[in-house]
Amino acid sequence: MSENKTVRIIVTRQENMDSAPYEEEFVIPYRPNMNVISALMEIQRNPVNAKGEKTTPITWDMNCLEEVCGACSMVINGKPRQSCAALVDKLEQPIRLAPMSTFPVIRDLQVDRNRMFDSLKRIKAWIPIDGTYELGPGPRMPERKRQWAYELSKCMTCGVCLEACPNVNSKSDFMGPAFISLVRLYNSHPTGAMNKDERLNALMGDGGLQDCGNSQNCVQACPKGIPLTTSIAAMNRASTVQSFRNFFGSDHHVD
Amino acid sequence: MADNREFFYRRLHSLLGVIPVGLFLTQHLIVNHFATQGEEAFNTAAGFMGSLPFVYLLEAFIIFLPLLFHGIYGLYIAFTAKNNLGRFGYFRNVMFFLQRVTGVITLVFIAWHVWETRIQALLGTEVNYQMMEEILSNPLMVVFYIVGVLSAVFHFANGLWSFFVTWGITVSPRSQRIMTYVTMLVFVALSIVGLRAIFAFV
Repeated sequence: MSENKTVRIIVTRQENMDSAPYEEEFVIPYRPNMNVISALMEIQRNPVNAKGEKTTPITWDMNCLEEVCGACSMVINGKPRQSCAALVDKLEQPIRLAPMSTFPVIRDLQVDRNRMFDSLKRIKAWIPIDGTYELGPGPRMPERKRQWAYELSKCMTCGVCLEACPNVNSKSDFMGPAFISLVRLYNSHPTGAMNKDERLNALMGDGGLQDCGNSQNCVQACPKGIPLTTSIAAMNRASTVQSFRNFFGSDHHVD
Repeated sequence: MADNREFFYRRLHSLLGVIPVGLFLTQHLIVNHFATQGEEAFNTAAGFMGSLPFVYLLEAFIIFLPLLFHGIYGLYIAFTAKNNLGRFGYFRNVMFFLQRVTGVITLVFIAWHVWETRIQALLGTEVNYQMMEEILSNPLMVVFYIVGVLSAVFHFANGLWSFFVTWGITVSPRSQRIMTYVTMLVFVALSIVGLRAIFAFV
């Protein structure tokens, strides 16, 4: 019985960055426990569309296949999410696959996520530990704080929160929710806190956290359940204080 | 401030929406409410507001300049959003959309309202109970005023909610939820005050 079972998939495809998108339908044989990636691999093995015409295999990004790298994000049945964690059995058919519209499409479902890596650089999403001599161990982080920070550290720059945000689009420079939460993560690390003001000032630059319009889609969409809106409000508070310090002058740079 | 001008403008926009524009809106609706006590009570109250010392300065700095900045910058904010209610029909996203819609409606309404009352006063017409009674003798204008007042009140109440997030006062989800209830109470309360005043003229 399961031999005749099929899966219908409609993919929004695009030849290259400049060409127009179009839809192509595929019907592939069903196998138990399929995810969207194994379905795409099935099409790759036999690139024939629903009309029986031979076509090009679909291009998409993937890496870890266990929802920790963020590379395989795409819009599945209208919702941005990781295709590796999207199980065919749990999806309504036909399954509609489209690239995330916030990012430039390279080809088919593959998008250029470079803007996010630029944002990571801009907010200094790292902890500087190098010196010209041995600096010794840094301050210890309380265990309970570490457990809390671990939740924020689950961010994999997958781009889903940017796709869900109405203020991240071609008309605005807004960097997106993820990076606001990452500033909170790095600023709460005992060593990272030594450059707190630098990250906050980067966050308050054009396209920074002030562009948030509180639609709170990000916290609903985040596949990792990161409390993004709490982070945004917390960074709003921190940047209120930082802006007063910048304007009136302060000798407290990092505390 | 050189490289974070946008931060400054956004925060100024948030601040001005509540202080003074939101406070002025509340005061204005409360003064209007005198209309429920009759023509004389309304004219006395409106006359008192209109004869305050330094009234031109008060108008300029408490009403018109903040309102112009908030309205024009707000239009820019509203039109840089790409609403996605169809894909994300969550409560806050609905409020995000309504905040932008009511903002634009309120701006149109206020422009018309200022032309009809304040500018006419400048041209020599007296702003009093009778003037409002005449304006609201047209059923279309009654609808326009109801929509305008409700939009303004919603925009203020929901804007108050975002004000508390923007300045980092309500951070936790629970505090934000409580603020949702509080600001929606503000919406209901001010709507009653505003609508009672409109119906007093009808």
